[in-house]
Amino acid sequence: MKPNFEQYDDIPGTTIFTIEKAREGFHLNQFCMSLRSEENRTRFLADGPAYLAEWKMTDEQKQAVIDRDFQKMLDLGGNVYFLSKIFASEGLSYVEAVSTMTDMNVEEYQQMMINGGRSVEGWRSKKERGEA
Amino acid sequence: MAKIVAGIATSHVPAVGHAVDSGKTQDAYWKPMFDGYEFSKKWVKDNPADVAIIVYNDHASYFGMEIMPTFALGIADSYAICDEGYGPRPIPDVEGAPELATHLAASLIMDDFDMTVLNVLEVDHGLTVPMSLMFGTPDTWPTKVIPLPVNVVMNPQPSGERCLSLGKAIKRAVEQFDEDLTVQIWGTGGMSHQIQGARAGLINLPWDIQFMDDLINQPEVLQYKPHLEYMIEAGSEGVELIMWLIMRGALGDKVNEVYRFNHVPASNTSVGHLILTPKED
Ligand SMILES: [Fe+2]
Repeated sequence: MKPNFEQYDDIPGTTIFTIEKAREGFHLNQFCMSLRSEENRTRFLADGPAYLAEWKMTDEQKQAVIDRDFQKMLDLGGNVYFLSKIFASEGLSYVEAVSTMTDMNVEEYQQMMINGGRSVEGWRSKKERGEA
Repeated sequence: MAKIVAGIATSHVPAVGHAVDSGKTQDAYWKPMFDGYEFSKKWVKDNPADVAIIVYNDHASYFGMEIMPTFALGIADSYAICDEGYGPRPIPDVEGAPELATHLAASLIMDDFDMTVLNVLEVDHGLTVPMSLMFGTPDTWPTKVIPLPVNVVMNPQPSGERCLSLGKAIKRAVEQFDEDLTVQIWGTGGMSHQIQGARAGLINLPWDIQFMDDLINQPEVLQYKPHLEYMIEAGSEGVELIMWLIMRGALGDKVNEVYRFNHVPASNTSVGHLILTPKED
């Protein structure tokens, strides 16, 4: 069966981690995996750029990590479960990190979740939203 | 003969594990969710099984991108707890069921399911959070476990049809095992949630409830739901729900609904939980 990754392009505010994206982000995600050890987390937090220099990532990927720009990391082939190792190393929760990708601050985002989460209405299609 | 006696479905939110480990289950935020599992904790105590086959996904905890198995099966004696970046959860190692697992892996491969065989595996919140929800905080876990990791992280993920069929093959294989064992099958993950991008925080409770109804009453129809629909309606991470189809396939045509629970939110997620038993006819 021929893959149809284009079908995901119309979902607003969403980056689907396809096998193609996975290839693009391989070294970025491998760097993230290295943060599963306390020793590596300590080294990374002590000197991020020096730690990143050990990885075959693009300069853009490295900069996105230094900026903690999670959306940018997704755009460059990162996947949130891998990227979670970065924010986990700093003791941040998923809610704290995930909210940075939205237009809300963490308190507003947390309140939205307590109120029942983001409604799917208006969020099904870029075309519907006039974004495409 | 071994026999599948129950199916358990539950979300597997990492923050739930943290709430258990840090003694926060009675806090105002968490109590309503944990209260929903009180029935289940008692039920599994009253209806114990020798082995639980736990269908879950690894969240870049043990599997990196070097190897990404679509379906895998643990046949080890025991499983250590992963460090997911916060340090490993302070919970007991998980005891395996190597004889049944080996039989299962061989049977499934013979049945054209190309399982990746795992002699070593560390398990993450996908497997351990459901165990904490069902068993609380014991010194040793009351049930042996066969982990069945499914790739739901990298697209393409296995189809719904493939997942339901895998469940059916698991049922056949368990029933062909000579030893008298009671076996549960757990489907974990979901329900609606999205933890990335500008659309993060998406929850669709009516869709989740319909999914539960369809899983119980018409899995043969539900299996054809395209992954695109899960992503649009239940969020990019809602596609984890295909793992519930594996559980459902292993229960046979008709099931009894023993228990159902929904709660929003746990962290970024809509929590859903079912206990089902096969209906003999
Ligand atoms: Fe998950």
